[in-house]
Amino acid sequence: MKALRFILAGIVFGNVMIKSEAVSWYRIQEMFRFQSFHMYGIIGTAVILGIIAVYIIKKLKIRDIEGELISLPDKDKQWTKYILGGLIFGLGWALTGACPGPMFVNIGYGYLSMIIVVGGALLGTYIYGVLRNRLPH
Amino acid sequence: MLQLLRQPWPWYASGTIIAAIMVTLILFGKSFGFSSNLRTICAMAGAGKKISFFDFNWRSQKWNLYFLAGAVIGGFIAGTFLKNGQPLQLSAATITDLKALGIRFDGQLEPGQLFGLQSLNLKNILLMLTGGLLIGFGTRYAGGCTSGHAISGLSNLQLPSLVAVIGFFAGGLIMTHLLFPLIF
Repeated sequence: MKALRFILAGIVFGNVMIKSEAVSWYRIQEMFRFQSFHMYGIIGTAVILGIIAVYIIKKLKIRDIEGELISLPDKDKQWTKYILGGLIFGLGWALTGACPGPMFVNIGYGYLSMIIVVGGALLGTYIYGVLRNRLPH
Repeated sequence: MLQLLRQPWPWYASGTIIAAIMVTLILFGKSFGFSSNLRTICAMAGAGKKISFFDFNWRSQKWNLYFLAGAVIGGFIAGTFLKNGQPLQLSAATITDLKALGIRFDGQLEPGQLFGLQSLNLKNILLMLTGGLLIGFGTRYAGGCTSGHAISGLSNLQLPSLVAVIGFFAGGLIMTHLLFPLIF
């Protein structure tokens, strides 16, 4: 039952996304208009605690549940893709108020029209795969 | 307890839980990154036959699809058993700004005017499709989204992730402040 642990982690994720209102188009607008601390508080807390946790995991050489030493690989340093890809994602994030996780969580919540956003995201991913070799990275 | 869970969760509790999810996935031998699922689904659908980017063993990513399924179930649970019926506490300044764009604040999570099934018109469909397209293309180009770069990447002190997050933010500001007045 390895699947179960990931499903449970996903359930917690879906709940925290809704109950923190991080899935809300309104909250994302509030963030991009600098009119509330809410979203910055969520992301800031997660990152600060994440930095501490990753530091401890590395320092104590903690192993995962399979007994493997945890290694967190460095991201490659091709800057163009991070800048251009980041900008393009940001445009879509503000337009739909959803990142890849929240668009699925929204469907579960009952906003079925988000299926269209997911359809667009799959198409966008496919187009990237097609154009990949012709794009500057 | 249930009463407590039904209220909106404060930012510090939410941020702590998100960090805990990331740590849990690391301890499970995986990593927190949601947008990879979009690539996996394309591969599952057979896109790897023609495009090499999708030609990989997607079964190794099945764990993340389980996480995705859990996220949908979690959204359902939060929308049924944990729903509190109180309107979202959006800042007054945002309500005013959106009103100037012709978007009415209805107290829900998402504006019904844009995402409600009853207001599904050509313009809204195009907006959602275009937004999705930008998200799918952009996250794969940048190699991650809010979870992969902003949470996992920054937690691991990755400079590339910081650059990507600055890009996410710049894109969001351009859309909100320059393009929204043209779109709405």
